[in-house]
Amino acid sequence: MLTSLKNSFKHGVHPPENKEETNGLPIRQFPFAPLIILPMQQHIGNPSQIIVKEGQEVSRGQLLAKANGYMSVPMHSPVSGNIRKIADVLLISGQTSPGIYLEPFPYSGQEVVVGKPISLDASPEEILKGIQDAGIVGLGGAAFPTHVKLKIPEGKTCDHLIINGIECEPYLTTDHRVMLEQADDIFTGIRYLLRVTDAKEVIIGIEANKQDAADHLTSKVPTDLPVKVQVVPVKYPQGAEKMLITALLGKEVPSGGLPIEVNAVVVNVATTAEIGRLLPHGQGIQERVITITGPGVKKKGNYLIPIGTPLRYVLEQVGAVDNISEVYMGGPMMGVSASSLDISIVKGTSGIVVFGDNEVRKVGKIYPCIKCSACVDACPIFLNPSKLGILAKFEAYDTMADEYNLMDCFECGSCSYVCPSNIPLVQYFRLSKALVRKKKSAKQQKSNA
Amino acid sequence: MLSKTLHISTSPHINKGVSTDMIMKNVVYALIPVALFSVYAFGINAFLVVNTSVIACVFTEHLLCRWSNQESTISDWSAIITGLLLGLTLPPIFPLWMTFLGGVMAIALGKFVFGGLGYNAFNPALVGRAILQAAFPVAITTWHPSFLEDRFVSISNAVLAFPFAKPIVDGISGATPLSAFKFDHVATDSTDLALGLISGSTGETCSWLIALGGVYLIYKKMMNWRIPVTILTSVFVLSGILYLFDNQIYPSPMFMLFSGGLMLGAVFMATDMVGSPITPLGIVIYGIFIGVLVVVIRIWGGLPEGVMYAILLGNALTPQIDSIIRPKVYGTKKAML
Repeated sequence: MLTSLKNSFKHGVHPPENKEETNGLPIRQFPFAPLIILPMQQHIGNPSQIIVKEGQEVSRGQLLAKANGYMSVPMHSPVSGNIRKIADVLLISGQTSPGIYLEPFPYSGQEVVVGKPISLDASPEEILKGIQDAGIVGLGGAAFPTHVKLKIPEGKTCDHLIINGIECEPYLTTDHRVMLEQADDIFTGIRYLLRVTDAKEVIIGIEANKQDAADHLTSKVPTDLPVKVQVVPVKYPQGAEKMLITALLGKEVPSGGLPIEVNAVVVNVATTAEIGRLLPHGQGIQERVITITGPGVKKKGNYLIPIGTPLRYVLEQVGAVDNISEVYMGGPMMGVSASSLDISIVKGTSGIVVFGDNEVRKVGKIYPCIKCSACVDACPIFLNPSKLGILAKFEAYDTMADEYNLMDCFECGSCSYVCPSNIPLVQYFRLSKALVRKKKSAKQQKSNA
Repeated sequence: MLSKTLHISTSPHINKGVSTDMIMKNVVYALIPVALFSVYAFGINAFLVVNTSVIACVFTEHLLCRWSNQESTISDWSAIITGLLLGLTLPPIFPLWMTFLGGVMAIALGKFVFGGLGYNAFNPALVGRAILQAAFPVAITTWHPSFLEDRFVSISNAVLAFPFAKPIVDGISGATPLSAFKFDHVATDSTDLALGLISGSTGETCSWLIALGGVYLIYKKMMNWRIPVTILTSVFVLSGILYLFDNQIYPSPMFMLFSGGLMLGAVFMATDMVGSPITPLGIVIYGIFIGVLVVVIRIWGGLPEGVMYAILLGNALTPQIDSIIRPKVYGTKKAML
């Protein structure tokens, strides 16, 4: 469709939102599980390095693992308790990572250890260090270390600080609740971010289905901050950095480039709130807000859940149906199916959607591509998924990358969502991208040798 | 509780829920009023021709799938569309054995040799019709008047002609508005044209019902509106310019729009997704190309009607259009031309 809407981007899709069941429910504290299992690989980059020993007693908020280099973050204890075991734990990908098994003290007050506060007058470097020390990563789902993202490269300037409150994934309502309930933390976080980025203006982008959150934040904007709350039409994948920049600034981020190329930095709203909440007390992340919903759950809601809580425990507490058939972590468009219930809540978990036997979607019959152009009209970056899909079938990965911009695909899944022939397009592209990257790095190693 | 194996799928975990067979079914629904009108206008002969064509297409698709050890693909409904479209483009008293042969050819040579649904370069129905036009030039241009009184009781001898027998020339024949204009320079009343009270192929005469089917499919978002709109607009504009230039030689643009197979071709055949370009700009180029060719063939060509060849040539051009016209990818400097 030819849409040149103001305050939006072109193409995209409108999946059913399914947010009404949880968007009115306030954030509630989740109980501590009898055993917390903390993987050290919860973020993009190097796994955290464990600095505690088996049998050691730790307090809530105490450092358990330090960052392993710049592209890494530390891990804090979500509970006061005993380190039972240090061993490999299962990740959602099916791989394993070093991990810590932690048994919380019963009846403990669970007071949080207070560290060295980072004041608003601190230097940008100190604040960036503080953000890393707090273990903060992108809470929107990508779990990219926030201090790396906020580092403005030499010679570049940041004019626009964009706070991402879009939450375009169906079912998820965590950012919505955070905006309604943690406005003060968000604005404190914005103060820190302004110190770091030196941005001239701040835009909080919110989709029209969260008008109440937009109104609330608008009414709470401190007079000394250059903050504008901008409501944009509902459309998936508007929460993707590039799409949001286009919607708010009308600019395109160059292919292969970062938002800073158009003088912008985008930070998720829940991440911003976390910065505002943790830095003044020198604390680290111990818990996060997660939407638990789907037809397979009785007590749907938005919960503040300790990091490392086992998925199985979470599902038991919220009254999941007996015949669980599918669970995905994140939303239905980009979330990942859990292959086992023995994984843990991690920093990047924004939602848990549960389906029983009766509700799970049956995969429709796969037909050949009839070139209906639905995918071409959906792709937010104007690729030709139909052609790419055919090339992928013929394993023409180089052609896909060199001539059809495969590497620009950010895997939003809009093409697969609209495909009437049920062709697993984005799934092909994920695989193709991985193969192209592998080939490239093999080539590089060869030329280096 | 919570111990059984889990269902795993990769994201996205949801689908819009419009499936290919649903699209095909809706095209059939949109064609049903057109087919019913053809029976109303031409009676039992048209009924036999259209049904024979559908049966031939479905039968051929099923057999070819079986012979090549594949699952039969007739359940995707696309063979029914091919059969309907072929039947609707044939004259109402076209011999049934030829109709059957056309249906077999449409599926076998128009679709199956390319690899089946999605891989056919040309609209299969038009391939079938082109073969019939080459093989039986007389029968395919033997027209029959519409709304004869005995149309629901009498079957034309020509329709029941024995295969390969000497063609039977039906006593009654009627010129189409296009051939009347081209060869005898007789203009047809425009009201008759719009209402379909004319002679022609079984399903091409009632333009407004065809247009209605198109509106339905566009409303259901199962047809690209740009294709019929650009074809019809370019025919209208080009023939309008010629008409203004000399209204004695050239037919009026309204006549051009509502005569012959233009409406049926623009709405139901040029819009075959497989044979048309995939980008909006490509589609506009494709539409203009077809529209201009229709006018050129009708006015300067040796044939009274050129919609079939125009669309087939448009289909042939589609892969080139798609490889040249590509939208500008987000974040890149310019379109790759």
